Amino acid sequence: MSETGIPIQAPPSVGGSRLMLAMGSVGFIAGILIVFTFQFTQPIIKANEKAFLEQSIFEVFPQTAYKKVFTPDENGVLQPVAEDAEVPYKIYACYDAHHALTGVVLGASGQGFQDVIHLIYGYDPRQQAIVGMKVLQSTETPGLGDKINNDPKFLSNFKHLDVRLNSAGDALRAPVTLIKGARQNNHQISAITGATISSRAVARMIAQSAAINIPLIYKNLKRLEEAGNE
Amino acid sequence: MVTEQYWFIFLNAALINNFVLSSFLGICPFLGVSGKISTASRMGAAVAFVMLIASLSAYAIHQALVALNAEYLQLISYIVVIASAVQLVEMVIKKFSPALFRALGIFLPLITTNCAILGLALFQTNRHYDFFQSLSFALGAGAGFTIALVVMAGIREELQLSSVPDVLKGAGITLMVAGILSMAFMGFAGLGGNG
Amino acid sequence: MSEERIQSEKMAIFLKGLWKENPVFVMLLGMCPTLAVTNSVTNALVMGVATMAVLTLSNILVSSLRKLIPAQVRIATYILIIATFVTVADYAIKAASLEVHKALGAFIALIVVNCIILGRAEAFASKNSVGKAALDGLGMGLGFTFALFLLGAVREVLGNGSFLGMPLFGERFQPVTLMILPGGAFFVLGAYLLLFNWLKKRKAEKEEEKIVFFTGEESI
Repeated sequence: MSETGIPIQAPPSVGGSRLMLAMGSVGFIAGILIVFTFQFTQPIIKANEKAFLEQSIFEVFPQTAYKKVFTPDENGVLQPVAEDAEVPYKIYACYDAHHALTGVVLGASGQGFQDVIHLIYGYDPRQQAIVGMKVLQSTETPGLGDKINNDPKFLSNFKHLDVRLNSAGDALRAPVTLIKGARQNNHQISAITGATISSRAVARMIAQSAAINIPLIYKNLKRLEEAGNE
Repeated sequence: MVTEQYWFIFLNAALINNFVLSSFLGICPFLGVSGKISTASRMGAAVAFVMLIASLSAYAIHQALVALNAEYLQLISYIVVIASAVQLVEMVIKKFSPALFRALGIFLPLITTNCAILGLALFQTNRHYDFFQSLSFALGAGAGFTIALVVMAGIREELQLSSVPDVLKGAGITLMVAGILSMAFMGFAGLGGNG
Repeated sequence: MSEERIQSEKMAIFLKGLWKENPVFVMLLGMCPTLAVTNSVTNALVMGVATMAVLTLSNILVSSLRKLIPAQVRIATYILIIATFVTVADYAIKAASLEVHKALGAFIALIVVNCIILGRAEAFASKNSVGKAALDGLGMGLGFTFALFLLGAVREVLGNGSFLGMPLFGERFQPVTLMILPGGAFFVLGAYLLLFNWLKKRKAEKEEEKIVFFTGEESI
């Protein structure tokens, strides 16, 4: 730190207007540089992000031909919105080439071991199960926590994760839970050895999100199915 | 979608993901000012205080920038506010408690280039913390920084009495000790994991 | 000064950052990114290059404005300039590769408070011509990248059994996970400092021997 220390010297006295001018002109250069870069890179970044999301959704539901975006209103009814709309929560309904609903993609995020994990998971209403999961963003430890993104055994948990609803249709029959060791039931997620905290974070995020959103989707299923024909 | 409890954010910043030992923020003062417990605890207190102010200002600035749709000015405005906050703290302390000012002395201006402060502001923005979440995050980070600094200073005071090989003296042995401390802090990982 | 002298002086400015005044191993500056992003070679290289770019550009701008900036506000001005280039670098990396940007996270923005950059602006760029300042920035940046690469290589090879993401060893390899964890960063950097100190000490001892030898000869 000492190298950066400011050598104490009597600065030559400079008038206030000169100070303002110097700061002002540097600020002007800075402003121009930033705004120019922002204008130049923003479309590229937006396109990158969109392509990444599209690619991720396609990985969860490979038969997807097109998708529609919905957001829940205050009455719990899913309303269609534009893709780049600024809403707090988005649900992506995916349709195949025959306008049939192939599945619904939901997002979830929460605190992992290092930082926030963002992921999406796919819900198939016909099977009443989660059929895929992809981590969009995480800074988990490479080689340990980041196995949530590439460990085939862990990912196989999400090939068929049971989220059937109870008879009233307002809650899951059995909550999604994390288990150490092999799974005994289809509503359990088997943790990664050595990365329990990251696995637990993923399980908790999906459990919380599913408990709220799966009943919501079930209630709105007709709307979502019909929206495919529009 | 962040549904965390305040105490968990606090614990997380203070122990589980200790700012210094696990997120590597504020390493410069950690290596530089951890020679004696007394200076370390004062430095910790000063940083914790500036963190609190910086976190609250960063929260306000972020709201303003979002309203103005000018998020690209985030980094510049954060660093300017942190620098001014440090100046302000310096002036206030000098006015109201000259004794404390003398005790903190040169540490105050150094806080500006402490990445723990800017890191705190950036992390709380990235994680979309609300006002009270930011508050507990700042308190936890300050506590974590102080804990790491004081523990390190305690160990280094003991180290003075032991014979360290010549080539390891100075930063070398400090880093080795920091590594062991960091591993020890990993033990906190189980804390709050069920939350 | 002859043409050759100027050339060698320029060379010296460029090279000093690589070894003699290496920002990480010798001056112990910029420790936070050094420890935080070296868990893989890719991250280390991107961080190093980003820092080098910001350092060189800010050195150039500070040097070309050095006669205009009044002394009272110079630190504030330097910080403003650095923050500008970091914002630019942040957006550039984000546009080039989202994946890399996500891996480095907030640490790109934290280049602002990297002591190396403000240190070079104050200690070198504000007193030297634009050309020299640019060379100094490139040299120091390269030294920083080199140090990050050394750390990243050890940590990735031992901790993950791979180099630049490519697996090096067979399936049976059991990685030393510690190397990737925060503790490993401290250990590896500590070990490098040990190595550097040992090299320095050995060199000093050799020179001492030489002096003894020469004086011995003279006495005969």
